[in-house]
Amino acid sequence: MNPQRTAWLFLAPALVVLGVFFLLPVLAALVLSLTDYDLYALADIRNLRFVALGNYRELLQRPLFWSALGHTLYFVAVGVPLSMGASLGAAMLLNSPLARCKPFFRTALFAPVVTTVVATAVIWRYLFNTKYGMANYLLGLLDVHPVDWLGDPHWAMPTIIAFAAWKNFGYNMIIFLAGLQAIPPDLYEAARIDGASPWRQFVHITLPMLKPTMLMVGILTVSGYFQLFAEPYVMTEGGPLQSTVSVLYLMYDEGFKWWNLGSASAVAFLLFLIMFAVTVLMLKLSRRGDET
Amino acid sequence: MSCRARPWRHAWLVAIACCSALLGSCTQAPDNHELTFWTIGREGEAIVKLLPAFERAHPDVHVRVQQLPLTAAHQKLLTAFAGDSTPDLSQLGNTWLPELAALHALEPLQARVGRSRVIQPRDYFASIWATNVIDGTLYGVPWYVDTRLLFYRRDLLKAAGFDAPPRTWAQWRQQLAAMSDPAHHHYGILLPTNEYEQLMSLALQQDEPLLRDGGRYGNFESAGFKRALTFYVDTFRLQQAPAITNVEAGNPWTEFGRGVYAFYLSGPWNIGEFRSRLPASQQDDWATAPLPGPDGAGIGVAGGSSLVIFRRSQHKEAAWQLIEYLSQPAVQQQFYDLLGDMPPRRSSWAGGALRDDPKARAFREQLEHVRPTPAVPEWERIANEMQLVAAEAIAGRLTIDQAAAEMDRRADTILAKRRWVLDHGGHTEEPAR
Amino acid sequence: MSPRLAKALVNGLLIGVAAVALFPLLWMLSVSFMAPGAASTLPPPLLPRHASWGNYRELFVHAGMGRYLLNSLLVAGTITVLSLACNLLAGYAFAKLRFAGRERLFQALLGALVIPAQVAMLPLFLLLKHMGLVNSYAGVVVPALATVFGIFLVRQYARGIPDELLEAARIDGAGEWRIFVQIVLPLLKPIVVTLAIFTFLAAWNDFMWPLIVLTGQEHYTLPIGLASLAREHSQDSELMMAGSVVTVLPVLLLFLSLQRYYLEGLLLGSVKG
Repeated sequence: MNPQRTAWLFLAPALVVLGVFFLLPVLAALVLSLTDYDLYALADIRNLRFVALGNYRELLQRPLFWSALGHTLYFVAVGVPLSMGASLGAAMLLNSPLARCKPFFRTALFAPVVTTVVATAVIWRYLFNTKYGMANYLLGLLDVHPVDWLGDPHWAMPTIIAFAAWKNFGYNMIIFLAGLQAIPPDLYEAARIDGASPWRQFVHITLPMLKPTMLMVGILTVSGYFQLFAEPYVMTEGGPLQSTVSVLYLMYDEGFKWWNLGSASAVAFLLFLIMFAVTVLMLKLSRRGDET
Repeated sequence: MSCRARPWRHAWLVAIACCSALLGSCTQAPDNHELTFWTIGREGEAIVKLLPAFERAHPDVHVRVQQLPLTAAHQKLLTAFAGDSTPDLSQLGNTWLPELAALHALEPLQARVGRSRVIQPRDYFASIWATNVIDGTLYGVPWYVDTRLLFYRRDLLKAAGFDAPPRTWAQWRQQLAAMSDPAHHHYGILLPTNEYEQLMSLALQQDEPLLRDGGRYGNFESAGFKRALTFYVDTFRLQQAPAITNVEAGNPWTEFGRGVYAFYLSGPWNIGEFRSRLPASQQDDWATAPLPGPDGAGIGVAGGSSLVIFRRSQHKEAAWQLIEYLSQPAVQQQFYDLLGDMPPRRSSWAGGALRDDPKARAFREQLEHVRPTPAVPEWERIANEMQLVAAEAIAGRLTIDQAAAEMDRRADTILAKRRWVLDHGGHTEEPAR
Repeated sequence: MSPRLAKALVNGLLIGVAAVALFPLLWMLSVSFMAPGAASTLPPPLLPRHASWGNYRELFVHAGMGRYLLNSLLVAGTITVLSLACNLLAGYAFAKLRFAGRERLFQALLGALVIPAQVAMLPLFLLLKHMGLVNSYAGVVVPALATVFGIFLVRQYARGIPDELLEAARIDGAGEWRIFVQIVLPLLKPIVVTLAIFTFLAAWNDFMWPLIVLTGQEHYTLPIGLASLAREHSQDSELMMAGSVVTVLPVLLLFLSLQRYYLEGLLLGSVKG
């Protein structure tokens, strides 16, 4: 058999699936976002209008879009450093020659990652219940006034961020752990001989050596966190006062609750553009950091 | 080598068999005698008990009931429509009926009603029946009626010196004030800030309609609506109601029993809830009353659920038989006994437990004074937006005027497509106002 | 700092972090055995006073959890088997077979990774509607049959296969298909296991797409069923915890038994190719 043909035969199933069920819909989404496809159009296609950039214009004028974007950026800006910090801290503890029972701890810290978001979000909803939740009970022991974690617009997002950090830190921890193990021990040895403190070793050896790993992990985590949806869906239903509506939540509501597929597609594309811009920005900044 | 490869070959075969079986099972036509019936909320649990008698009478029909949670029902129905996976028949809130009718999702029922010996339109509460007629076409048969009115703690009111429930908003305000003690977490009333029915009930009592120009624009800046919104928001500002959602309120029944709330503005299913959840010793302490109006007996919302048949159904005749069965007064009385859902037929009220039930009497009275919500497909979404804005006003982020203007702005945006469809002779039936 | 103190500090911190990581899961397990209403008391109880299977019985007898469990197994299992087939074939082709435009096509696929899957969801729904696949298992399975990540992972691993081995087989007159099945697949076994766990976990835990495309209760997977129960029965915390246990336990056990493969795959997938 002609090797070229074999190769294409081997590729065919995957390429067909990706082409038909991903690439084609993505292109269609772009077209859809330029129309006012809604329930009326779903009932009768003659009710479909081409609106050019109308959906985008309307979205940019809509306070809910901006607040959803704000909530998402808040989640990313606080959640990513928090969860990456936790990952790095845990990885360094696990990498320490002093640590005992490493396999057990590694598994324990990783366990939340493989659990189902919906199920663990349900658990957290009860742990952070205002009246009977463990969190407020423990605060009560310290004489702190109970916090309405998921019912107060100021606290709902921090609670969701804490949940996301708890759920996800184990994943990057494993990657950081591998990165730490790849750092040649003689670097630390030399630093110790020079009398460098652990903190200086961390700043001058660990961080620079981990930088490529950090950048990659950072980009992946940021793009993951931009796709916030299941957590608010299960924990707060976007409330209170829509304070946990994320961009994706808005897309879901707009598209699959109210069936405004046109403007929902515009939301999806705007999210894509923003994620893309942030990724490019992160790459640029890191490169500039290299130059100086 | 070839021996080692064999297990893999098996895996492929299994995989392919799996796949074809899977796809086969999905495209398979539904069983000829199986009727899919969607219910919303708790009705599904009760209906299961009524079905054996129906299936005995119609041995060739098997009914498969699916319960949709109330909070997800509207979305599920639209999704089913969008995905061509509607059931044969469904319970449908009559505020959602215009929407599905405009989508051509529902089967017109006038001809079947005309031939029916069971269903007599004149026996139904007129304003409830009217909500099922969209632009002259009948799409649903009322199944149970639902209006919001007051549940109140008679003993607490009496202790505060009030012998009767309020008839006017002024009296109501006075009683709310007397019953509230926010310092001790006692409030006059529970109004969950994420439910729109309470504000909507107050708004329907006004003379001005909620939408104007044939449902083309919002009418929230009318004096009437602002009056209702002011009363509603003031209840929170005066700390006569806590600003919490129904998620945070948790279990309102025990809280009502504990006297945390003296009033509860809700629907008939709560008669059953209060009966089962409060101890026998407390059953005389609570009662129901028609909604107070701005200046006298108030109007309530003409709510409730109808039974509808979907256009795509393959079993319309069997579905209609089920509707007829469920519309018999005797079955409706049974339904009431099971769940406390109020029948839409006057003759169903004439017998059984309903006739003498003091807790139900207020509903009977209220049902003669009800008004429907605007019959536009977008109403559910507008009502949602109305409540979101109202919640902002409760939180003190918007004044009444700002909130009303914001509601109008949002409603006008939502109705933009409808205006275009109406003005350009678009392709949909025009829902009647 | 004395070495003993440092050791105590490191291990103490590890125990603390492990406690935070595990506490919610253990609490879930404990509450799932409590009587209805028992968890909503103060102080919050840590252990059930009278442990019982009542919540599980309620879940499986009345709430239809058994059906959801079977659906999840069926959907995740089918996705795993079929997507493994697609990804292995394609990943191997990208690594070892020569064809025009190979590198450019692969770069393009990697480029597609920046597009979030949600962009495709709205038209995908319409597409599946026209194919009659909305509210069917196939609606969840078919779009997941190939992933760029899976192809990438297989390619990374398959590049380690020595070309001489394949050439020798070709000289012996073996067809490409036979080479793939008899020589390549056995060599790819570790990555097959890894990819299988990854795919199964991802399919099991997936939420947004099944939520959209599965409109009927009879097709719900566990996360969708659980989320819908959580909206209906939000006050029944004990029941919800039992539901969470049923949802989480299978994947947790799978991970525990095969974690070596999983963690290796995680690292392989995160190394830039």
